[in-house]
Amino acid sequence: MTARTALRIASSASVAIVLAGCTTFYEVPIETPIQPKLDISSFQRVLIAGFISGGSDEVDANLETVRLLRSQLRTKSQLRVIEADVLPLQDVANDQPRAAAGDQVTADGPAALPDRIRDEKDLQSYERVFANVDYWKRIGEEFQSPLIVTGTVLFVPHQRSGFVTSEREVYDRFGRRSVVPVRTYMERKGFILRPKFVFIDGRTGTTLYAESFREEILYNAQQNTPALSSYFELMDRLVPSFLSTLSSQKIKGTRVLLK
Amino acid sequence: MRAVTYLFVACLTLTPAGALAAGDARSDAKAQVDFGISVAQKGLWKEARYRWERATEIDPTYAAAFNNLAIACEQSGDFESARKAYEKAVELEPNNLQIKQNYDLFKEINDRTNRAPDRQ
Repeated sequence: MTARTALRIASSASVAIVLAGCTTFYEVPIETPIQPKLDISSFQRVLIAGFISGGSDEVDANLETVRLLRSQLRTKSQLRVIEADVLPLQDVANDQPRAAAGDQVTADGPAALPDRIRDEKDLQSYERVFANVDYWKRIGEEFQSPLIVTGTVLFVPHQRSGFVTSEREVYDRFGRRSVVPVRTYMERKGFILRPKFVFIDGRTGTTLYAESFREEILYNAQQNTPALSSYFELMDRLVPSFLSTLSSQKIKGTRVLLK
Repeated sequence: MRAVTYLFVACLTLTPAGALAAGDARSDAKAQVDFGISVAQKGLWKEARYRWERATEIDPTYAAAFNNLAIACEQSGDFESARKAYEKAVELEPNNLQIKQNYDLFKEINDRTNRAPDRQ
């Protein structure tokens, strides 16, 4: 066996080893089922009752949220969506006796509810309405014991300034392209959406489940984006999570099978 | 030349029987993995899962089998088994980027489903 032959065998072997190391793979589409967070098997109907909303005057977050959730549930849930007038929950909270809502009445009297909801603190004082079991039981009886969806929605304008990292294309003296990260100081404005969805059993008036979310969007300060489109953009991100509370969802994706 | 022959014979004699057995196990497991892939591509995920489970039993060091099993578990919504299978695959081949990528995508969905809500 000459040295050349030995070298040839060795190189063939190494090629074979490298080829064996290159794993064969197959990309496949998969659909991951997500089980609902809430057992709603005892309900046939759902009432999106209304929301206590605050923040920006440009969007009626109560009406828009009711409309959006009803349309989503109509197409993506087994539940029958009840078409009814949106409940004026802010007025209901103002009218209801504090004791009925579980508030403690002090010697100075209960704290008055703010007329205008600007932030989370204002909104919090209204949340007692969800604990009013008698009120929700009454609503449940009116609509034949459905699952009731209510909650709070805060949609507020937001501004932030600071360094933002972006990517910029650069070419060297040989014309070769590369992308480098660039940090730029920017003034940005946008909105924050903070909804809290409360699910109430229409038969008993008790809260079954509640879930809070927070999403924000920021644009270049020069960009003029209507508040309503920002609202829908942010709600689009939350709707799958909302739906996954009530119905099983399938998340489409791809994975790599290996040999 | 005689020396080379002796060396070859010595190598064969000294090769542990376990290594040969491991080679057999891998080829048996590979057959199961291959069949699993072919049925998964036709959408027969239950059969594919069974095949990959068999492959991991035959050869518990076969990272690809655990990776594929994890994907089949994900497809059926069995997140706990998927997580275990992915963890095993990553443990066996920590530098395999494809396994890591699959696991990252799985974790993203799993985290979303397990996000702690404000339960009442």
